[in-house]
Amino acid sequence: MVKSFGQFLLFIQSMITRKERFAVLWNRTIDECVTIGVNSIFIVAIVSAFIGAVTCVQIAYNLTNPLIPKSTIGYMVREMTILELAPTITSIVLAGKVGSSIAGGLGTMRITEQVSALEVMGINSASYLVLPRILAAILMFPLLVILAMALSIVGGYLAGSLTGSISAQDYIEGIRSDFIPYNIVFALIKSVVFAFLVSAISAFKGYFTEGGALEVGNASTTAVNNSIIAILVADFLLAAILL
Amino acid sequence: MIEVHNVQKSFDGNPVLKGITCTFETGKCNLLLGGSGTGKSVLLQCIVGLMQPDLGSITFDGTVYTNNKVQIRQEIRRKIGMLFQGSALFDSMTVAKNVEFPLQMLTPEMTRDERRDRVEFCLKRVGLENAGEKMPSEISGGMKKRVGIARAISANCTYLFCDEPNSGLDPLTSIKIDELIQEITQEYNITTVIITHDMNSVVQIGDHIIFLYKGLKLWDGTKDEILNAEVPELKEFIFSSSLVRAAKRIDDETHNGVTNL
Repeated sequence: MVKSFGQFLLFIQSMITRKERFAVLWNRTIDECVTIGVNSIFIVAIVSAFIGAVTCVQIAYNLTNPLIPKSTIGYMVREMTILELAPTITSIVLAGKVGSSIAGGLGTMRITEQVSALEVMGINSASYLVLPRILAAILMFPLLVILAMALSIVGGYLAGSLTGSISAQDYIEGIRSDFIPYNIVFALIKSVVFAFLVSAISAFKGYFTEGGALEVGNASTTAVNNSIIAILVADFLLAAILL
Repeated sequence: MIEVHNVQKSFDGNPVLKGITCTFETGKCNLLLGGSGTGKSVLLQCIVGLMQPDLGSITFDGTVYTNNKVQIRQEIRRKIGMLFQGSALFDSMTVAKNVEFPLQMLTPEMTRDERRDRVEFCLKRVGLENAGEKMPSEISGGMKKRVGIARAISANCTYLFCDEPNSGLDPLTSIKIDELIQEITQEYNITTVIITHDMNSVVQIGDHIIFLYKGLKLWDGTKDEILNAEVPELKEFIFSSSLVRAAKRIDDETHNGVTNL
């Protein structure tokens, strides 16, 4: 494990020390933003809207004490969504979608000698293939998390209204009460850290794939597993440090 | 000219290259011949810089490549074109984009029009002027090899390396690919190194042949000399080919005045 971590650090260093031209890096990053960000909007929207809806209904189900105002449901949906569900669940979903795609793509390029072809041309393959993916993830994860936050709250609103668990007025009152702007900053910091972890770990696993199609599949699975574990550990550490 | 001096390489203590010394001449097709597991691919990877030899040196036209500064190594690498065994085309790009890629990366001073002209020229040179908009998955194995050659020569390479250019191709296409490599080598006066098992290639384009056996260079010479070489391992390798055996038999019978037709 220590050896792998050392290799991982050297891999990150190799990406940064000999970068390709800015124009090349920029174009590649924009392309990757489309792959990582735009192509993930649908799944993030679905997951976050339903998580918001389920959270609202389940909190309403558990809040039976008449002394607790109904607006607490909206307040709790907002806090849970912003602090935990939007950044963490979105990143875990993206670890599955984006992480496996990065690891599989790079692994296939490795076993079909496309990475070697870049190296022979004198191109730093790590910088050309991996750095844009990491930058794109760091740019797009926070945007997707903001989208997830908004859609979760909307999902909660719709579910609460449609099931009659909470009135629209109470929900909105709860959403607006005791708002702490720092929580948004905290969630965005988390999303940037998770973006780096998912993209770098998946790229590392894919880039060093050896063998054939079976190993590419294994690399994708390992990339997703390791990314999720890294997200959960980082989630705890960030909460302990920043809150 | 590429000079390889006493190159050694081991994996987990198993020596794969045991001190190879040889020269690859400019303007000629230099063939690395040998059976599977004799170290041809490892030697090629050491020369192009995909692997670091444990010992020995590699020199490109007088400039030492091994253990030199990164900048000098980069300069040499940018003069290298390589045709991979599986072609290694970038499957997310069209054929034209694949050929344009080295130009985009290595010659930023070229304008878009200049790059387009160069791509058209290279595709025409390999006989694929109408395939530019196709994706690699839409073309045949032989066409992929041609695109690989076009990509290798697009940035005016000085050194061309081909890793089993005939693998997976039918005999007729193999001959065409061999002829193309030979024509390009002579036309641009480049140093071409080809890994092959194919005896057809040996007798067709083997200007200079190096025979490797168990990590050692056992023989080098020309295609005219190879059939008379007195190295048992090389003889065994050559005459394991049914075609060569048949040709030899016909040749012997003709010389002895026997006709079994």
